[in-house]
Amino acid sequence: MISVRRRQVIPKIKRNRILSALSRGKRLDGRDLDEYREMRFKVGLIERAEGSAEVLIGATRVLTGVKIEVGKPYPDTPDRGVLIVNAELVPLASPTFEPGPPDENAIELARVVDRALRSAEVVDFGKLCLIPGEKVLLLYVDIYVLNHAGNLIDASALSALLSLMTAKVPVYEVSESGVEETGEYRPLELLNRPITVTMAKIGDVIVVDPSLDEEEVMDARLSISVDAEGRICAVQKGGPGYFTPDEVEKCVELAFRKSEEIRGKVVEGVGQA
Amino acid sequence: MPLIVDRRRVDGRKPEELRPIKIESGILENADGSAYVEQGMTKILAAVYGPKELHPKHLADPQRALLRCRYHMAPFSTEERRSPAPSRRDVELSKVIRNALEPAIFLEEYPRSTIDLFIEVLQSDGGTRCAGIVAASVALADAGIPMRDLVSACAAGKVDGHIVLDLCYVEDQEGEADLPVAYMPKLRQITLLQMDGLLTREEFERALKLAIRGCEQIYEAQREALKRRYEAIERLVGGEGA
Repeated sequence: MISVRRRQVIPKIKRNRILSALSRGKRLDGRDLDEYREMRFKVGLIERAEGSAEVLIGATRVLTGVKIEVGKPYPDTPDRGVLIVNAELVPLASPTFEPGPPDENAIELARVVDRALRSAEVVDFGKLCLIPGEKVLLLYVDIYVLNHAGNLIDASALSALLSLMTAKVPVYEVSESGVEETGEYRPLELLNRPITVTMAKIGDVIVVDPSLDEEEVMDARLSISVDAEGRICAVQKGGPGYFTPDEVEKCVELAFRKSEEIRGKVVEGVGQA
Repeated sequence: MPLIVDRRRVDGRKPEELRPIKIESGILENADGSAYVEQGMTKILAAVYGPKELHPKHLADPQRALLRCRYHMAPFSTEERRSPAPSRRDVELSKVIRNALEPAIFLEEYPRSTIDLFIEVLQSDGGTRCAGIVAASVALADAGIPMRDLVSACAAGKVDGHIVLDLCYVEDQEGEADLPVAYMPKLRQITLLQMDGLLTREEFERALKLAIRGCEQIYEAQREALKRRYEAIERLVGGEGA
């Protein structure tokens, strides 16, 4: 049984306060309905990792490290490298996170990030093959949530993308005796750059980038990933509520608009998108 | 290998055609409610136990019942044997399926209790999360649990450049996109929405509309299954009170 909702006890009063502010088009932290919190990022801060990036959205803070290793390919894709995305809701990040193996929230988070990267074909897996059927490069993307203040999905997706964008791949020499590290590195070229935008529905109002308070009272959320060519590459609805078809259309419109804005910031910040 | 030739799909269907679907309810003795769904080669059993007392008690919600959901694939349900241990996929699907059914159930009628829902995929040929939701909501109704509407579910997607309904396994694996949707037709509410693959905005909107049309058709099959069940009960008690 894996379904226990670990909700913090929220006085109904908070939902009412949030709803009454929303009915006036305002949010408790003063943001507009379609406004993200301040977004900041840093890349390359973990020297031992082949790629790393920390993203802050308001007080939400997520660090992602990329480790690249040599390993066996999957039998059905013998000449392709492997991408493995994992997320840890580290106990230091929130009083509601507990030590132990990833729970359903951590697994969902990792799989939503993974889906966007995979659908958008971010990495040319053919270039990560060393010896077909035997040795390929494994890209481990480990998402580490350091402070949970709402909207972990967007922060995690962006930090995973930035860590891959700045990752360097060890160059191996392939000989009859096997593969050997040369000590040199090449950049990991990315073919696509998906951006994920999460919206929460509270009452019948849609807000982007929900804060923790908003997540605790929301009816449902919708995350939509948009790739560099303006295609939708992943969608995930979460939470116990519903969306009407019109609300979904509105969310799609918002996701396209906000993902462009974020993409612009990423271009400025990392300078290669 | 082309998946669509002359507007015919690998199994002979037209792009906007569902696979044959068969739904039966009330088929497991012990469960409070149960259902069996066959959709093409996909075969699913769902069973509901509850509302019943919740253990451990500290998990109880004083405002409403807890819905607990386990989606699981049988080791023999796929081409290669699967480990019976729950995979990460099973854990995620259990969560999104729970979220897809919660809006339908009057959980507030049963504070402090639990409704346990088990979905077993006996054979998988694509569309198992949707067929699982279809079976689960029939099983919930069979258990007599009050609901706002039946939740129906169906996927649409993109295969060989065409927007198609109800993808089978090959189409899901080889196709360009998969968009599973759960929907309450009477209320016009979407309770599950996922997507992977690549779709333009226009294709996404077309696929979503098509999936909703598929849900509406499957909804009728769900209602028929429940009607048959109650007609059978009525015959059993000799039409008394009818």
